[in-house]
Amino acid sequence: MDKKTSMLSKKTARLRGWIQAAATLLTNIHIPNLFKGKIYQGKAKTVCVPGLNCYSCPAATGACPIGAFQAVVGSSKFKFSYYITGFFILLGVTFGRFICGFLCPFGWFQDLLHKIPGKKFSTAGLKPLRYLKYVILIVFVILLPMLVTNSVGMGDPFFCKYICPQGVLEGAIPLSLGNAAIRSALGKLFSFKCLILIAVVVLSILFYRPFCKWICPLGAIYSLFNKVSLLSIKVENSKCVGCNKCAKVCKMDVDVRKTPDHSECIRCGACIKACPANAIHYQFMGKKYK
Amino acid sequence: MKCRKIAQFVLLLMGVTMVSYGAIRGEAATVLGKAIKLCLECVGIG
Repeated sequence: MDKKTSMLSKKTARLRGWIQAAATLLTNIHIPNLFKGKIYQGKAKTVCVPGLNCYSCPAATGACPIGAFQAVVGSSKFKFSYYITGFFILLGVTFGRFICGFLCPFGWFQDLLHKIPGKKFSTAGLKPLRYLKYVILIVFVILLPMLVTNSVGMGDPFFCKYICPQGVLEGAIPLSLGNAAIRSALGKLFSFKCLILIAVVVLSILFYRPFCKWICPLGAIYSLFNKVSLLSIKVENSKCVGCNKCAKVCKMDVDVRKTPDHSECIRCGACIKACPANAIHYQFMGKKYK
Repeated sequence: MKCRKIAQFVLLLMGVTMVSYGAIRGEAATVLGKAIKLCLECVGIG
C-alpha cells in the first residue's frame, strides 16, 4: 500500500460528516416543500434512494427502498418485488454497509445525536440484539405485508406503520406544521410512533447507532452483502503493529483485523483514522483506493 | 478471492436482471404511485 492510497482513505474517513450531510441534502433536495406542507410528486420517485428516508418527507427526492418494497409486496398486483430486490442486490454488492456509514440520513441523524455530550454506554455486551433487525426484516417488511391482506388483497406496510421513526421525523412533523388538515388527522398511531422516535433519540444519545445495530431492516439487507461488496476495507497484516487501536475505536464492536468484512461494519473509517501504521485502507474491486 | 469475484459478477448480473424484469412488469409504476401520495401509515395517521 503506498502512502497516497493510505492518505486518500484517511481523507475519506475524515470527511465522513460532510459526505453524510451532502447525501442527506441530495436525498431531500426539495427543501421549499418543507414550508408548503406538501410532498414532491415527480417521476424521480420511481427510483429508490440508498438510505432509509421516508417518501412522505416533503423534501424527499426519491422513494424509500423499505417502503417501496412493502408497497409492491403488499399490492394486489404483485406478491414479490424483483425491482426492489434487484436494487438491494446492486447497491449491496457495490457498497455493502458503506451506505449506512456514509449515505443514510437516519444514520447521520443518530451520529449527530451521539455527539451530544454526556455519559455513553458500550453496546459490546448487547451483541445478541443485532439479530433483531433480521427478524424485523423477515416479519414486518416481508411476511406481514405479503400475507396479512384486506378484502382486495392489499397488505399494510407494517414496518412503516408500526416501527419506523423516520416517517414521524421527516414526514408527520414537517407536514403537520405546514398543513392543518394533516395536523387534525393525527391520532393514537402518531402518538405511538412519537414514543418510538423519542426512544430512538434517547438511546442514540446514550449508545452509538442503536437503530442501525438492532432495528433497521435496510441495514440488515446491506449487511448480507458486506462479505462480497466491491467496496471493502483491507488490513495489511505485514504493516500491522498489533496496537489494537482499530478494535478499541470501533463503535460498531468489530475487530477489523479479524473480520474486515464483518456484517456490522458500516465502513465508517474510524479504524483507518486510528491506525498509527497506515495498515488499514478502503479498496474497490480488490484494488487500492485511488 | 476468485470466488468473491465470481459472486460479485453473478450478483451484479442478477441485480440488473431483476431490476429490469421488475420495471417491465410494472413494479416501478407501483412504487411511483405509492411514493407520490402521502403515506398515511408512514406518518402515523393510519
